[in-house]
Amino acid sequence: MCTYTTEHLKVSGSGKGANGWFRLSDASVYFDHPVHAPYEHSLNIDFLAPDIGPSARVAVELDPDSARELANAIFAALDKAPGQLRLIEVK
Amino acid sequence: MSDQMIAETVEITGSGGDAIEAYFARPTGEGPYGSVVVIHHMPGYDEPTKEIVRKFAYHGYQAICPNLYSREAPGAAPDDAAATARAQGGVPDERLVGDVKGAAEFLKSQPASNGKVGVIGYCSGGRQSFLSAVSLDLDAAVVCYGAFIVGTPPEGFPLKVKPVVDLAPNLSCPVLGLFGEEDQYPTKEEVAQLDQELTKHSKEHEFHIYPGAGHAFFAVDRPSYRPEAAMDGWAKIWEFYGKYLAS
Repeated sequence: MCTYTTEHLKVSGSGKGANGWFRLSDASVYFDHPVHAPYEHSLNIDFLAPDIGPSARVAVELDPDSARELANAIFAALDKAPGQLRLIEVK
Repeated sequence: MSDQMIAETVEITGSGGDAIEAYFARPTGEGPYGSVVVIHHMPGYDEPTKEIVRKFAYHGYQAICPNLYSREAPGAAPDDAAATARAQGGVPDERLVGDVKGAAEFLKSQPASNGKVGVIGYCSGGRQSFLSAVSLDLDAAVVCYGAFIVGTPPEGFPLKVKPVVDLAPNLSCPVLGLFGEEDQYPTKEEVAQLDQELTKHSKEHEFHIYPGAGHAFFAVDRPSYRPEAAMDGWAKIWEFYGKYLAS
């Protein structure tokens, strides 16, 4: 199935790709065929910097359970961080 | 069959006169050979697709696969290019047709060409194969599990495609359709509807729906691979192209 179902969001931060670290500006989240993961479908996340180019990409392909656990872990980690730190905005 | 071939990346003129990258393989003999434009699946102009191009050369065809993502991601790795193209909603239909036209003209211009050109596409390329066959003057078209020839993407899909079954009266060549019974894109019902539509317009076609197979059963590097369906499918392709392209 080629779903093209894609969630797009703007993000701020950095990622490490094939050519080293770069500043991230965008992310895509979608459920479709993986390139490498041994599943017919996977939850895929691309961290991107389109201004740099298509190769500025950090990609992960997760089975659906792993993806949900990751999402919960992200929320858990953020919730456990001291409130003051959570408000810090890095430019 | 020929175990001698040349396979290489070339530049062809695609839609709008754009220079685009393409992978070209052909037997080294004098020919004449039939030709095939291979339309890659949504994951892009990747290694398995290039293997398919060489497979056609092995079986005595000139074959070329244009990199449909040449413009969005020149020089990028196929997976990065596919991610970029996906984020933009896929390849516009008009541009696809122009790129296939350029690829077909390139093949016909080769000294060993017999003047006949077919098309084959997998996954999203299956729909694009049909689209090419209703838009261009071709000699044979193979559709491998192409979705949205019939039916519209569900609400909320950012996929910028519309059904093309209404264009069936314009079909320029015979169609071989290879589908998996367990596929949801397209469903058996959608395949049946396309079958009926082609019959209604007296368009020569041959459809096979493989039990136990779903989407992408030809893809040897994916869990969806179904050897029996794929091997029978290839046999059907050689028979079909042998009849309409090679002779």
